[in-house]
Amino acid sequence: MATPTDDRIADTTRTVEEMGRDAIGRTEAQVIGTSPIERTALEREEELFTVNMGPHHPATHGVLRLLVSLEGEVVRDLKPVMGYVHTGIEKSCEQKSYWKVIPFVERMDYLSYYFNAEAFCGAVEKLLELEIPPRAKWLRTLHLELNRISSHLVGLGTTALDLGAISMFWYCFRERDTILDLMEMSSGQRMHTRYFQVGGVIEDIPLGFEQKVREFIAEMPERINQYAALLDRNEIFLLRTKGVGIVSRERLLELGVTGPLLRAAGEPWDLRKVAPYLAYGEVEFDIPIGTTGDNYDRYKVRLQEMRESVRIVEQCLDGLPEGPWIADDRKVVLPPRHELGTSMEALIHHFKLVTEGFRVPPGEVYHPIESPRGELGCFVVADGSAKPTRVHMREPSFVNLQALRDMCMDEYVADMICNLAMLDPILGGIDR
Amino acid sequence: MQRGILDEEALEEYVQERVITTTFDKAVAWARGNAMWPATFGLACCAIEMMSMVSARYDTARYGAEVFRASPRQADMLILSGRVSIKMAPVIRRIYDQMLEPKWVISMGACSSSGGMFANYAVVQGADKFVPVDIHVPGCPPRPEALMYGILKLRNKILGEPDLGWRDQYEGHGTEEGLRSERAGAISVERAGSAPADGRLVGTATPTAEQLATEARMLAAAEDAQRPISDDAGVPGPDRDLA
Amino acid sequence: MPDAPGLELIAHEINTRHEGSVLGTTYDHEQAALLIGPDSALKVLRYLKEAPGQEYSFLASLHAADYLPRTPRFAVHYELLNMARVERLRVKCLIEDPGEDRLPETDSVTGIFPTAEFHEREVYDFFGIVFRGHPDLRRILMPEDYVGWPQRRDFPVGGDPVIFTNTEDEIPGWTKGS
Repeated sequence: MATPTDDRIADTTRTVEEMGRDAIGRTEAQVIGTSPIERTALEREEELFTVNMGPHHPATHGVLRLLVSLEGEVVRDLKPVMGYVHTGIEKSCEQKSYWKVIPFVERMDYLSYYFNAEAFCGAVEKLLELEIPPRAKWLRTLHLELNRISSHLVGLGTTALDLGAISMFWYCFRERDTILDLMEMSSGQRMHTRYFQVGGVIEDIPLGFEQKVREFIAEMPERINQYAALLDRNEIFLLRTKGVGIVSRERLLELGVTGPLLRAAGEPWDLRKVAPYLAYGEVEFDIPIGTTGDNYDRYKVRLQEMRESVRIVEQCLDGLPEGPWIADDRKVVLPPRHELGTSMEALIHHFKLVTEGFRVPPGEVYHPIESPRGELGCFVVADGSAKPTRVHMREPSFVNLQALRDMCMDEYVADMICNLAMLDPILGGIDR
Repeated sequence: MQRGILDEEALEEYVQERVITTTFDKAVAWARGNAMWPATFGLACCAIEMMSMVSARYDTARYGAEVFRASPRQADMLILSGRVSIKMAPVIRRIYDQMLEPKWVISMGACSSSGGMFANYAVVQGADKFVPVDIHVPGCPPRPEALMYGILKLRNKILGEPDLGWRDQYEGHGTEEGLRSERAGAISVERAGSAPADGRLVGTATPTAEQLATEARMLAAAEDAQRPISDDAGVPGPDRDLA
Repeated sequence: MPDAPGLELIAHEINTRHEGSVLGTTYDHEQAALLIGPDSALKVLRYLKEAPGQEYSFLASLHAADYLPRTPRFAVHYELLNMARVERLRVKCLIEDPGEDRLPETDSVTGIFPTAEFHEREVYDFFGIVFRGHPDLRRILMPEDYVGWPQRRDFPVGGDPVIFTNTEDEIPGWTKGS
């Protein structure tokens, strides 16, 4: 932290001497710098070597650049540099009608696209005070949990890939392809499906979908057991992950970290349980909690979350109510196609919705949900017109990345790779 | 490559470098085309579909793209999968420059081909603004099979037998833009829309004198009125008469 | 979420502690928000974090919005969360646009909430709002040497114009010979 010159923040920052290491308040130029010798506040002189990792690197899970100051093989300082896939989505959203914002927002955290859509649609539904029908709630929950499983699968697969366990990667992607088949069946598209719309879901699930999902959930627990058999007591995996990357629960809360990282550290915080939305209040599931907060706990938490998600999917299928899959309000939701041939009013509604879009009364809301990486919140400001004034996503990966420095400090560079993998960052979400 | 980048001579040279003539060249091209090693360059969502393509179901290893090489010096092919942001563009160019000849670039997805849905300040509107792209694969994201199709098209290009364009397959010659009337936008509906008598598809029928005269008349009328010709001008139909 | 009377109580308490901090309250769609000025951000947030009855110790999000043409133009939103009671409270810090050559300023809360570090850098990057006391205030997502504050409403969206067949000739360098 900066040396305290200001009374207002004097009592909560630690001095450089207390920290005993370099102040992090340096620009990139200073970090890269011409002189490899960085004097620290320690008594003896240390020679720090700054290495640039990324943005093109096989282990950065996207285009993340890390400036790592090493003393030998031990990490003494870490600075992430982001923005290499910054797409200006939030700015583009201000030019589009609400309906058109959904595909934009889906592409932020590109592994959990249903969650992005749900955060946005939930926020707009709050602004409109629109109640979505029960069938839509359950269908949304079903797809969200399927997406959670597929996101955790990619996270686990790439983590194992980084540690050298390539087989896990193939198996995880095999399961992921099965889930993408299910998504293709319900919405026509494997990724970025635009399935969630303001008011519900765009279409009912087709015949045969339920049967295919049941086949999936019949085989998935066995597959998860296979993954556990591969990695749980694997000596190399244990050596690489046990006791590595521990950050205390209090520090994680200070840093704003949520999701599996926080749960692995022992804090039982999951928005699906504490503030239930959609159908989460009506299904039974447990929240896996870790004890030490090391990488092994994070791995176990994600694995168990997959099992819990399978439970939720099964309960969603069993408890799926009949009824409409999207709200009735013609001012917001497109009328069904068969009405367009007979009703003039439906035609006018359709025309207005497609050309201009629905108008949202002025207001601003923040709608948080639990995504596979933590709290995903969508902040929407509406001004009464058909386009949002501001759309901002509180992305969990962006906030969780602040924990990387604490995780890697004073540990080996190889552990840094493992920490980054277990952090499960998605650069699309970080950079937006 | 965009039109107008190379002039006549340089264009000739460019094409000649790429046309395979000798048997040895053919053999070398066969080896290259069947063992293209991609560089790991996953930028955004398309990277996930690229990873799916490498995985067991849509295995690209059977087409030779066995290993994804992390180092650009060991890779042949750069699959730009994902949106190219302005901060990343110099990095991509540097990686491209570090690759050794021969090298190819596949622009996967809409975002790297043309900016995709992101027409804003942060995304480069098409990777071919700064790297030469061989194959553009459309989609958002393209299915793994679509990307594989793109890789196979690139392979055919390398082997010296580039895939036929649609004008060859469907005998659509004569519809190229330069052949239309000089005023851009004035589409001759009659010529483009007339089906040849022997059942072939579009556009190879030579226009009759009458059709040319109609077209000239329409042009002259539009010049006078200084407004664009609407699509259905002059099309005989039940409700409209040819004025 | 504190309900409307609860919100008024909180506002009253803060105003007794720090005179004139809270300029108003809003309660929309069951979300409570306190409106404050740029100089009271640190005081109010510290109070909300540490006062025994409040204890909103988790800063879920820190983001800004540009309300052009309304004044005050900018607002920095702090989404606070009390995990024990599962209550959220928004603190909306209204900042005026100081004019052409100066940047709007407020205090940094990284001393109280370390999570604000990246968030405040992002707000600075996109809106140009300076946070006094931030340990490392520089651009985070845009290139380091970028000029302009992209998410302000008066910044153009950018991108290239779409080229249709009938406008091809107007784009210089697109067709041969032009």
